[in-house]
Amino acid sequence: MTAQPRMPIESGVPDHFQYMHPTLRRNYGQWAWHERPRPGVLHHVSQTGDQVWTVRAGTQRQMDVHTIRKLCDIADQYADGYVRFTIRSNIEFMVADEKKVKPLIDALLKGGFPVGGTGNSVSMISHTQGWLHCDIPASDASGAVKSLMDELHQEFVNEDMPNRVKITTSCCQINCGGQGDIAINIQHTKPPKINHDLVANLCERPSVVARCPVAAIRPAMVNGRPSLEVDEKKCICCGACYPPCPPMQINDPEHSKFAIWVGGKNSNARTKPMFHKLVAAGIPNNPPRWPEVAAIVKKILRVYKEDAHAWERMGEWVERIGWPRFFELTELPFTKYHLDNWRGARASLNASVHIRF
Amino acid sequence: MSKKMHATPMLDQLESGPWPSFVTGLKRLAKDNDMMVDLLGQLEHSYQTRKGYWKGGTASVKGYGGGVIPRFSEIADKFPESKEFHTLRIMPAPGMHYDTDILRKFCDIWEKHGSGLIALHGQSGDIMLQGCTTENIQAAFDEVNELGFDMGGAGPSVRTSMSCVGHARCEHSCFDEGRAHRTVMNTFTDDLHRPALPYKFKFKFSGCGNDCMNSIQRSDMAVIGTWRDDIQVNQAEVKNFVKAKGREYVIDNVVTRCPTKAIKLKNDDTLEIDNRNCVRCMHCINVMTKALSPGKDRGVTVLMGGKRTLKIGDLMGTVIVPFMKLDTDEDFEQLVELGRSTIDFWAENGLEHERCGEMIERIGLNNFLEGIGREVDPNMINHPRTNPYIRMDGWDDEVARLKASKAQAG
Ligand code: HEM
Ligand code: SF4
Ligand code: SF4
Ligand code: SF4
Ligand code: SF4
Repeated sequence: MTAQPRMPIESGVPDHFQYMHPTLRRNYGQWAWHERPRPGVLHHVSQTGDQVWTVRAGTQRQMDVHTIRKLCDIADQYADGYVRFTIRSNIEFMVADEKKVKPLIDALLKGGFPVGGTGNSVSMISHTQGWLHCDIPASDASGAVKSLMDELHQEFVNEDMPNRVKITTSCCQINCGGQGDIAINIQHTKPPKINHDLVANLCERPSVVARCPVAAIRPAMVNGRPSLEVDEKKCICCGACYPPCPPMQINDPEHSKFAIWVGGKNSNARTKPMFHKLVAAGIPNNPPRWPEVAAIVKKILRVYKEDAHAWERMGEWVERIGWPRFFELTELPFTKYHLDNWRGARASLNASVHIRF
Repeated sequence: MSKKMHATPMLDQLESGPWPSFVTGLKRLAKDNDMMVDLLGQLEHSYQTRKGYWKGGTASVKGYGGGVIPRFSEIADKFPESKEFHTLRIMPAPGMHYDTDILRKFCDIWEKHGSGLIALHGQSGDIMLQGCTTENIQAAFDEVNELGFDMGGAGPSVRTSMSCVGHARCEHSCFDEGRAHRTVMNTFTDDLHRPALPYKFKFKFSGCGNDCMNSIQRSDMAVIGTWRDDIQVNQAEVKNFVKAKGREYVIDNVVTRCPTKAIKLKNDDTLEIDNRNCVRCMHCINVMTKALSPGKDRGVTVLMGGKRTLKIGDLMGTVIVPFMKLDTDEDFEQLVELGRSTIDFWAENGLEHERCGEMIERIGLNNFLEGIGREVDPNMINHPRTNPYIRMDGWDDEVARLKASKAQAG
């Protein structure tokens, strides 16, 4: 007799209190204020008088079990056995005694985990899956981020930017990585190459046609078999046809290039949330270190650091100084490709004589 | 378990430098896991050729339609041990808290049944257990499930949610994010586990306007904490702050940065706030953490329809509920109801592969509001319409209806 198959326990989202540091649990909803005694450390004080120090460290996000166990050892020995993670894959250790902060930091540094990512630093770059796991990436994610974070290490462990800087990366135009003060996204620059022999077997043609945002795809008979064709003049190389129809190969080792976008902001602080805007494109996809990407990102960061006022996020700084000056200061070329021609594009054009000389 | 390592000259270069290296981690796993030996080989091949070699397929666990991301290698002839490399998406607790005991249990399970590679966390918040054979998926999930963790979302379904640290450690928090997160998500487990919606639907919860979860741009329903009454000002702490930092600093960094010019620094070094014009942006509170805090009459603003590019371009969420209390059981039930009516309406009216925000754009906000049973509100717009192309013959009736319902509300 075969055993009954085990059915899942649909428990949903687990209760967070069971995994929460006791000081956080006791003071849930009662925190009064906080300060940052040094980069990578937060000090929170509760209305009950309890205090907690948080030490934040960077991780590689895609972690092997040995690394996670090493972090657990540190937590057990120096931080009461509790941790939490941030949205940017930083790990946080909480301690209720200020004297425990220094040994904890020392243990993290000794273990190879940079301490920082708080306040006006460049925090860990949020990233996607890349060649390690996704089925549509034109570039890698974890490797590109590792290279960039090596370059930006000083900006992670110090808090000397005008305001916080969030960087995101994405390995295809779908952009799972999200919005950022700087967003580094790959962009396809050639229409898909269609392998007509495979289309009939693999693709549901009407749904592929429906996926195209510019209606560039048509059903067609090729060599006597049902296939698809692309009006290459219309195609914007977005890659949306590729996931439902892999024979429409969009990735190209040579022609998929990086583009850099600036000024995204999710917080409502001061100004409303903003999307990032295109500033540079045509940057080669150059593993394993992507030096051309790093050079532009570092240049933008340097100019922002020199020119922005305190508390100005990158997008707010650009709005104050104007885009012409942004391109002048960063020495990035401004081209016809920077003009938006998508829906609602005219809202991005200047309808005033507000011009700086 | 001692397959020879492939040469990885390009990946090796990612082991130097101050940032922790995932390559070093992969290599350590490869010492006693042949799947990782070949995974490294395939990844190096991707670096050499600048191409990816994974394709999708089907893989799942009993009882669920989604949550496993199937990956099959296109170059299994070269790297056979990693020919199947599936990911399990697992929902973490709100705020991503762990004790080391539970993390170690995850490690043990994943070392036994999978590759030993875990992403903490994906961009939608899942614990991603990466690298599993088709054969081992069920056993791995069963053990994770016994720990009290459940599968996350994938495909056209309600997706895994995220909430900020909020109440657990942030004084800015204006509602109990953890409770809201669990109350909402745990009523939609069926829609999460059995993909049957037009496309993905994401909830995100942020305790205040700082929106640490990036919910306006990245979720179909963003729940963000706010307050209705006056900012709480501790004038003694204001004076201390002015003394420590100087008047110029306070004027430059607090007064002039208020987007609605609602703050005044008085001659006696106290602050006066025009709360009627404060837009709850959080800036002044962020700067003067000890002197200023959100008001006491707290609740949430709900926005809907945020998403990334495909297919009509990026969309931010739109304010749908300017303010909602979130204290009592009934309040939380009301939030769940809002989610339910939205998902129901979208499930019926959304096209295949159309996010909620795209549907709103296609059918117009009026139709959407009617569909989910909500009245228009001037907080939903930046400005009223500028073009006159609309039929206005319902105007008188509409004004009369609004007046009547206002009179009834008393
Ligand atoms: C077809 C293969 C795809 C793969 C393998 C993939 C992979 C992923 C992964 C691993 C994540 C993080 C998941 C998590 O944290 O739980 C993610 C998030 C995301 N995906 Fe995808 N994705 C795919 C398709 C798409 C498509 C078609 C879109 C949009 C049209 C998309 C948009 C996004 C966005 C915006 C996020 C981030 C969401 C957030 O911040 O909540 N992805 N994707
Ligand atoms: S950005 Fe594109 S390639 Fe990268 S993980 Fe997301 S869907 Fe995959
Ligand atoms: S790449 Fe995009 S625009 Fe071009 S055919 Fe495919 S879906 Fe259409
Ligand atoms: S969103 Fe607001 S309440 Fe939540 S963690 Fe961020 S600052 Fe704190
Ligand atoms: S919260 Fe924002 S809008 Fe309100 S007073 Fe402070 S700075 Fe001004």
